[in-house]
Amino acid sequence: MEYFLQQLINGLTLGAVYGLIAIGYTMVYGIIGMINFAHGEIYMIGSFIALICFSILGLSGVASVPLAILVVLLVTVLFTAAYGWAVERLAYRPLRGSFRLAPLISAIGMSIFLQNYVQLLQGARVKAMAPMVTGGFVVTERAGFQVTLSYMQIIIMALTLILMAGFSQLISRTALGRAQRACEQDQKMAALSGIDVDRTVSLTFLLGAGLAAVAGVMTTLHYGVIDFFIGFLVGLKAFTAAVLGGIGSLPGAMLGGILIGLVEAFWAAYFAAEYKDVAAFSILVLVLVFRPTGLLGQPEVEKV
Amino acid sequence: MDLGNRFGDDGIQWGAILKDAGLAALVALVLALLLFGVRLSDGGGGGLEFRPWWVVIAVAAVFAGRAAVALWIGTRKPASGTALPWFDRAVARLSEHKRLLFAAFFLAVAILPLLPVADRRMVDLATLVMIYVMLGWGLNIVVGLAGLLDLGYVAFYAVGAYSYTLLAIHFDLSFWVCLPLAGAIAALFGVLLGFPVLRLRGDYLAIVTLGFGEMTRIIIINWSSLTGGSEGITGIAVPTLFGLRFTPSPAAGETAFHQFFGIPFGGIHKLIFLFYIILILALLTHLFSERMRKLPMGRAWEALREDEIASRALGLNPVLVKLSAFGLGAMFAGFAGSFFATRQGFINPSSFTFIESAIILAIVVLGGMGSQVGVICAAIVLILLPELARDFAEFRMLLFGGAMVAIMVWRPRGLLAHRVPSVRLGQAPPGALRGGLP
Amino acid sequence: MSALASPDAAVPAMLEVAHLSMHFEGITAIDDVSFSARRGEITGIIGPNGAGKTTVFNCITGFYRPSVGRIALDHEGGRFLLERMEGFRIARDAGVARTFQNIRLFPRMTVLENLLVAQHVKLMRASVFSIAGLLGLPRFREAEAAAIEVARGWLDRLGLVKAADREAGTLAHGQQRKIEIARAMCSEPKLLCLDEPAAGLNPRETAELNRLLLDIREDYGVGILLIEHDMAVVMGISDRVVVLNYGAKISDGTPEEVRNDPAVIRAYLGEEGDPPETNSRGPSPGRGRP
Repeated sequence: MEYFLQQLINGLTLGAVYGLIAIGYTMVYGIIGMINFAHGEIYMIGSFIALICFSILGLSGVASVPLAILVVLLVTVLFTAAYGWAVERLAYRPLRGSFRLAPLISAIGMSIFLQNYVQLLQGARVKAMAPMVTGGFVVTERAGFQVTLSYMQIIIMALTLILMAGFSQLISRTALGRAQRACEQDQKMAALSGIDVDRTVSLTFLLGAGLAAVAGVMTTLHYGVIDFFIGFLVGLKAFTAAVLGGIGSLPGAMLGGILIGLVEAFWAAYFAAEYKDVAAFSILVLVLVFRPTGLLGQPEVEKV
Repeated sequence: MDLGNRFGDDGIQWGAILKDAGLAALVALVLALLLFGVRLSDGGGGGLEFRPWWVVIAVAAVFAGRAAVALWIGTRKPASGTALPWFDRAVARLSEHKRLLFAAFFLAVAILPLLPVADRRMVDLATLVMIYVMLGWGLNIVVGLAGLLDLGYVAFYAVGAYSYTLLAIHFDLSFWVCLPLAGAIAALFGVLLGFPVLRLRGDYLAIVTLGFGEMTRIIIINWSSLTGGSEGITGIAVPTLFGLRFTPSPAAGETAFHQFFGIPFGGIHKLIFLFYIILILALLTHLFSERMRKLPMGRAWEALREDEIASRALGLNPVLVKLSAFGLGAMFAGFAGSFFATRQGFINPSSFTFIESAIILAIVVLGGMGSQVGVICAAIVLILLPELARDFAEFRMLLFGGAMVAIMVWRPRGLLAHRVPSVRLGQAPPGALRGGLP
Repeated sequence: MSALASPDAAVPAMLEVAHLSMHFEGITAIDDVSFSARRGEITGIIGPNGAGKTTVFNCITGFYRPSVGRIALDHEGGRFLLERMEGFRIARDAGVARTFQNIRLFPRMTVLENLLVAQHVKLMRASVFSIAGLLGLPRFREAEAAAIEVARGWLDRLGLVKAADREAGTLAHGQQRKIEIARAMCSEPKLLCLDEPAAGLNPRETAELNRLLLDIREDYGVGILLIEHDMAVVMGISDRVVVLNYGAKISDGTPEEVRNDPAVIRAYLGEEGDPPETNSRGPSPGRGRP
C-alpha cells in the first residue's frame, strides 16, 4: 500500500510534466492540424536554457532559492518561446497550403536539426545539476518504508495546476482564445472576419513553447540530469498523452499526461521497468486504433 | 517579411533590406545568447565556459545571410524567386531517358570494383552506399508511391537482419535460403503491424510507425535469450558462391574461391562478391518498383496518395492497397537487413536506431519522393560525403535536418522530383494496341 | 419500402431510400427522407443550400453511416443494403460511382491514369494480384489494352483525346468536371451519383454537360442521381425531381409537377414567386478554376 502510494505520487509528478508538454501538441494541432514533431526538442532546449540559467545564478551567488527559481522560470520561458516562434516561422509557415506530408517532414527535419544543434553547441555528454530544493514531507511510514512527498513535487504539481487554471481562462475569456478557436474552426473565415491568422498561430507556438519551457525547468530541478536526446522520448510520450486525452482538448491533454505518468510509474514499479516505454507506445497505438478521438476529444467528421 | 519586391524602379531599397536583416539578427541574438554564449561543463559541478565571440559570429552570420538572400531574391522576378524553371526542364529532359540512365548507372557501378584503382575501402564504401540506395528504393514504395510516412522503417531492416541471423545460426541454412525467408518474415511483420494502424490519418501513422520502430529496438535489447541483448550476435557466416568459400584456408574437402579459380587469395574478393550481391538486390528492388508502378496495384498506391476519398469512391480498398505497399516496402528492408547482417558478420541493436530511419527517410525526401534517380543521388551525397570528409561527419545530422526543412520550403516534391506517367496513350502497353491509334 | 409511391409501377425502382435520417451531434442534417430512383432515368435532387443534398449522397455512397433508414439497391448483380456497406464496397460490389462537388481527380496523375485507376477492380483481377502483371503475361496485357481502349473511347466522346497524357490537375475546370464523370463511368457503375456537376461551368459547358448526361443515360442505361443547384440543368434533363428543404423531402415528382408545387415555390423563392427555371445562375467562365 505504501509502495503504491509512493508510485502514485511519483506518477502524478511525472504526469504533470507530460501534461504541460502535451498542451503544446494539442494547441498546435487544434489550430493548424499538424503534429509539431519538434515540440519535444523545444522542451529539451528549455531544459538546457534552464540549466544554463541556474548555473549562471549559482556563479553570481544568488542565495535565495525561490528568487532563483522565479528568475530562471521567467528567463527560460522567454528564451524558449523565442525558439518556438522561430521554428514556426522558418519551418512551418512557408508550408501552409503545401502538400499533405510537407509540414510533417519539415517538423521531423526540424527535430533532427535541433537535437544536433544542441549536441554540437553543448556536447553530447550528460549535464547534471545538484538538487536545489531538497526535503519534503513524510506522508506515512510503515515497516520502514517511507512515503515521501518532496517539496519539489509539490512545486511541480502546484505550478501545473496554476498554469492549467490560467490557461483555461486565457482560452475561454480573452481575445486570443477566441481568435484561436476561430482559426480552429475555419482559417479562411477567421481571416475574413479580421483575425490575424499568422499572429494567432505564432502566439500559439509561443505559448506552447513557454509551457514546455516550464516543464523543462521543473524536470531539470527535479531529476537534475539532462542531455540533448531527452526531447525525443518525452516528446513522444507527451504526444501520446495528448492523443489519449483527445487531441485538440486542453483538459484532455492534462488528463492524458497524468494517465501516462501514472501508467509509466506503475508499470516500472510492478512490471518490467525496461519495458515502460513500450507500455506508453502501446497505449498510443491502442487509443488510435480503438478510440481515435481520445477520452475528451471531439469526433472529426470527414469532409467529402 | 515578404521579400518579393525589394526592388522598385528606384533600384535597391537598402533601407528595407537592412531593417529586415537587422530584425533577423535580433532574433538570432535571442536564440544564440545562452546556447551559443555559454557552454555547460559535462557532468555535474555547474562549471561554465563563456564564449561571447560565438554569439557575435552567429548574429553576424544571420545578418549577412539574410541580407544576401534578400539581395539575391530581390534581383529576380517575384514569381520565380524560389522555383528554378531551367532546373525543372533539365530534370524533365533527363527523366525522358530514364532507362538509358539506369542502364548506364548499373553498368558503371558493376565494373567499378574490377577497376585497378579499386581498393578495399572503395569497394566497402560502394557497398555501403548501395545498401542505402536499396533501402531508399524500398522506402520509396511506401513514402513516395503510396504516400505513407513511415518513420519506423528501420524496424523491418532489423527484423530482416535478426531473422536472417537466427535462421542462419540455429538452422544452419545458407544465405540464399535465409534471404527470401528473412524478407518474407519482415513483410509479414509489416503486414501485422500495418493492419491495425493503416486506416489512421497520415500524421498519426507517422508517429505510430515511429513508436513501432522504438518498440522493436527495445524488445530486441531486452529479449536477450533470443537476440543477445545489446551485445548482439556475432559469427555470422559470409555467403558462398555456389559453395565456394572466401577463406584463405578452407576446411578439408572444400575448395575455396581462390583455389577454384587458381588465383592468389585476396581479402578484396569477398568484398567484391558482397558488393555484387547488394548490387543485384538493389537492381531487383529497382526493377520491381518500376514495374509495380505500371501495374494496377502501383497506380492504386499513387491514387491513394493523391486522394484517398476519391480512391474509395472508385472501389479501391484503402487498407488492402496500403497494406500491400507497407508489406512490400518491409520486404525489401528485410532483404537489405539480411545483407547487412552477413556483410558485418555481427549485429546489435545500435545499428537500428531512429537515426537510421531518419537517414533513409532523408534520402527519399531529399532525392524526391517517388524518384528512383533522386534516391541514388541523395544516397551518394548523404552516405559518401560524411565517410569521405570526416570533419563533416559531426555536422551530418544537423545538415540532414536542416536540408529536410529547406527542401520542404523550397522544393517540396524533392530535388529531382519529376513524375513520368506510368502509361501513355501515344505508346500503349506492349503489343495489342499498336495498330489502333487514331 | 411501401412508403414509396412509384408513379409508374411497371418499372421497378433500382435505388430505394426509405426513412433516411442523419444526425450529427444533435443536429439533424436529414430527417426521414424517402425516395426512389430507376435505371435509365435521371433523378434530380434539388434544394436550397444546407438542405442535406450532399449528406444524402454521402449516405448512399458510404461516406457517412446513416443514423436511421434503409438504402437498397437492386440490379442484376444482386440486392445490396448500402447503409450497411463500407464505402469502397459500395463502389466495387454494388456498382455505385460518384463525383464530388469540389472535383477530386488525382491531380498529379495523367488523365489516362485517372481513367485506368477507375478500372482497378477489373485490372487487378486480370493481373492476379500483380503476379501476372509482374511477369507480363498476355492475359494481363490484353486486359490493360482493353482498359486503355475504354478510356480512349471516353476521351473521344469528350473530345479530350489530346489531353490524355497531361496531368489531370493542369486541365481547365470544365474539362476536369467531364473527366471526373468519365472516370466514374469507367468503373462501369449501375448507379451514377453526380454532386453538382454544373458548378463553375459556363452556359456553353453546361449545355455540353446536359448532352453528355442524356447520352450516358441512353447508351449505358444507368440510373443517374443528380444533385444540382442549377435549375436549368435539373429541370431540363431530369425525369424525376426530389426536392429537399431543411433536411426533409417537400416534393417529389416530374419536373412539371415539382415546378408547380406551391411548397417548392415557397421554399425556393420565398415571397417572390418566380417560377424556378428562371432562377438559373450563370457563373462567369473563369470562375472556380482550380
